[in-house]
Order: sequence, then C-alpha cells, then structure tokens
Amino acid sequence: MTTPSGTSSPPSPRRRGLILFAWLWVGVPLAYGVYELVQKATQLFTG
Amino acid sequence: MSPPVAPTGWSRWLVPPAALSVHLSIGQAYAWSVFKPPLESALGLSGTQSALPFQLGIVMLGLSAAFGGTLVERNGPRWAMTVALCCFSSGFLIAALGAATEQYWLIVLGYGFVGGIGLGIGYISPVSTLIKWFPDRPGMATGIAIMGFGGGALIASPWSAQMLESFGADPSGIALAFLVHGLTYAVFMSLGVLLVRVPRPDSRPTPSGPSPIEGVQVSAREAVRTPQFWCLWVVLCMNVTAGIGILEKAAPMITDFFADTETPVSVSAAAGFVALLSAANMAGRIGWSSTSDLIGRKNIYRLYLGVGALMYLLITQFGDSSKPLFIVCALVILSFYGGGFATIPAYLKDLFGTYQVGAIHGRLLTAWSTAGVLGPLIVNWVADSQEEAGKHGSGLYGLSLTIMIGLLVVGFVANELVRPVHPRHHIPAPREAADDDTVRHEQSA
Repeated sequence: MTTPSGTSSPPSPRRRGLILFAWLWVGVPLAYGVYELVQKATQLFTG
Repeated sequence: MSPPVAPTGWSRWLVPPAALSVHLSIGQAYAWSVFKPPLESALGLSGTQSALPFQLGIVMLGLSAAFGGTLVERNGPRWAMTVALCCFSSGFLIAALGAATEQYWLIVLGYGFVGGIGLGIGYISPVSTLIKWFPDRPGMATGIAIMGFGGGALIASPWSAQMLESFGADPSGIALAFLVHGLTYAVFMSLGVLLVRVPRPDSRPTPSGPSPIEGVQVSAREAVRTPQFWCLWVVLCMNVTAGIGILEKAAPMITDFFADTETPVSVSAAAGFVALLSAANMAGRIGWSSTSDLIGRKNIYRLYLGVGALMYLLITQFGDSSKPLFIVCALVILSFYGGGFATIPAYLKDLFGTYQVGAIHGRLLTAWSTAGVLGPLIVNWVADSQEEAGKHGSGLYGLSLTIMIGLLVVGFVANELVRPVHPRHHIPAPREAADDDTVRHEQSA
C-alpha cells in the first residue's frame, strides 16, 4: 500500500473488502478451469 | 487519456487481479479449437479454413503488441485495457453476426483481426504497471499476469464446449455462443479497466524496496538497437520453439513412444497427458518467474535452456524405456516454456528499466510469433519425413528432439552473451539533462 510520502501502511477495511472481491472475481473462474483440468489430467493415470 | 494515478491508500495487491481479468479473458484464444468442429460442420469448412481466425488472431497479437507498445506506454494501462476490452469483445460480436448470417469472412475479420488487436494490446497492457508496482518482485508480478493467459484457455475450453452443447452446434447456436462470450468477457474485463492504477511517481511501493523508477532507463526505440534486445529475442524464440516441439505433438508422441511396450497409452490417457502439460505450463509461469526474483534472470534462463536441453536429451536416450521419466521430462520442459514467457518482462526491466518496458516487451513478442510458425513447422515436417522414411514409434521423433536440443543450446549461448546495456543507450536522468541544457545554453551564449 502506498502513500504519497512513499511509506507503507496496512489497507483499510474498505480496501480489504475490495481486494477480496477482486481476487474472488478472477480466482473463482480460474479455480473452475483448474478443477476441469485436474479431472482431465487424472485420465493419464486411470485411462 | 492520462494514466490513472493511484490515490493515497491504494493497495498494490489490487493490480494483479486487474491484470488477471484481462489475461484470463484473452487467454481464451488458445481454446479456439473448441469452435473448429462445429464451424466445419455448420459452414462446410476444411480444417485449414476453420483455423484461420486463430492464426490471424495470433499474427495480429504480435503486430499490435509490437506497434502498439509505445501507445500503451504513452496512454497508460487503463486506455490499453479499454482498447483490449472493446476489440476483444466486439471481435466476438462481429463473429456472432458472421455465424448468424453464415458469412465466414465476418468471423475471420471479427475474431481474428479485431479480436487479435485486443489480444496484443491486452497482453502487454498490465506488464509495465505491474513492474512499477512490484519493483522488489517483478518476476512474481508479471508471472501472475502471464499465468492468466495460460489459465484463460483452461476456463474457456470446458465453458465454450458446454455452451455449444446447450445452444447447439448449428449456425444460430454458434452465433449465440459467440454473443455470450463477447458480453461476458466485456463484463469480466471491466474489472481491470476500473481497478488498474499506476503508482505515483514519488511513491515507493514497499518501505525498504526500490523505487519504480530507479536504475538504468532505455527507450523502446533505443532498446531495439542494442545487442541485448536481440540476444533476448533469440532466447525467447528458442525457448518457445522448444516448448512447442512437445506441445504440438504431445498426444501422438506419448502414444508412439509406448506403442510397442507392454503398457501402451490409450487415447484418453494421452488427453490426460496433454492436460497435465497445460498445468505444468501454467505452474511454470508463476513458479519459475517468482524464483527468478531470488536467483536472478540470467540464472533462471540458464536453467530453462540448459536443463531443458538435458531433459530433451533424456527423452531421446531413455524416453521409450520409462514412462515416468518421459512424463517428468516433458512436464519440466513445459514448465520452462511457461517460465520463459513469464520471466522475460522482468529480464527486460533489469536491462532496460521501467521507462518503456511494456513497449520493449511488445516488440520482443515478435519472437513468439516467429516461434509459433517455426516450432510446428519443424516438428511436423520432421515427423512426416521420418514416417516416409519408414520409421515408427519413438524413432519418428528422434531427429526433431535433437533439433530442439540444438535450438536450446543456441538460446543458452545467446543468454550468456547478455551484458548490461552500454550507457550511450540510456536516457539521461532529469538532472543530467538539465545540466546538458545549461552547458548548451552557455556554449551558445
């Protein structure tokens, strides 16, 4: 986190919520893709 | 449009999801093959014709990244992400119109040309910004974004397939699928447009870390005149070509290698192998790129190219005698392939600074386009010629694997030739520039 003077401080609760939302926004579809991939990859050992 | 500067209290951890929202979307390009069979049957196309939108898209990716890089640096990441969103989504909408009216040229124009511009601008849009926010961990930051490009295909492949199953594989079903893709990606990418910010010029993203604008700075125009740029061009081209060597023929290769053994590989197991390679490709992007922050860029490319060549050698010599060995070597090679893509922006930043690193990266991506043509050409040509020569099993691939080792050695040498950029290419620091002006004024006076 950045301030004009160049020092760091922990994010405010509002920003923490935004960070969580943003990561979920991209994380959920990615998790779906990885899940589908793992399902397919297991065929190497079971197929 | 001026770049959006972060307000006080803005967290740098908001920038990677902004980048991911764009890369996860444009990574859909690698899932184009899902649309090929329905298009072929619905519009009566050949396999070569149905590949056209993807091929044009990749060509446009290279061209727009190379020629649009300076514009991206000038106008900032929000402008670039907006352009990427508009082009990529409207590409799908034009393709939807093409499918609905059964005008295939509209699909090629929409997805390939217009969408391809979105691919190129979108690919380079967050690179420079991420490096500025994470000067202490540039490899990890760009690794996250570029991992997203690999992840995009993982999401789109099952999602598009399910959509075509629901809507039907006739022209109207394909049109509806394109329409839903265009609208969904527009919404998904808008997060990136809304969230992305550049750090304030006077800021220091970490208390003890470096400032985003410290060190050597070289412009994009000047960078292409340095031997370092062309050494890295060769490094990337060789690394990507070697990765494509496995990727292009992964399924038939594992089947052929073990065809004459007691445990032949089935079609579904070969598909599982291809999926596992995709996972290694993605994991390598974030894993190896982050590791480069610890061991250095030159060392990590020594690993990609040197150990990569060794892995190819192991496959050539012992690949057909041990399935686990073959699989592990292929996975390592693919992880290096992904790592090579993800680490190159940080390598560029080390050599040329953050000043126009996005534009330099865009120009370097022409190496990817070249490898995209070179890799499949070598592998397919060699495989065909070996088949004609009467070879079978693992013998079909011996020559192409040896060529890959040679290419990796060339890349290794190019990496060894990389030295710090000569100061004559640096842009003058503001103070030096001011001093130069003063001297010039004094001389003219």
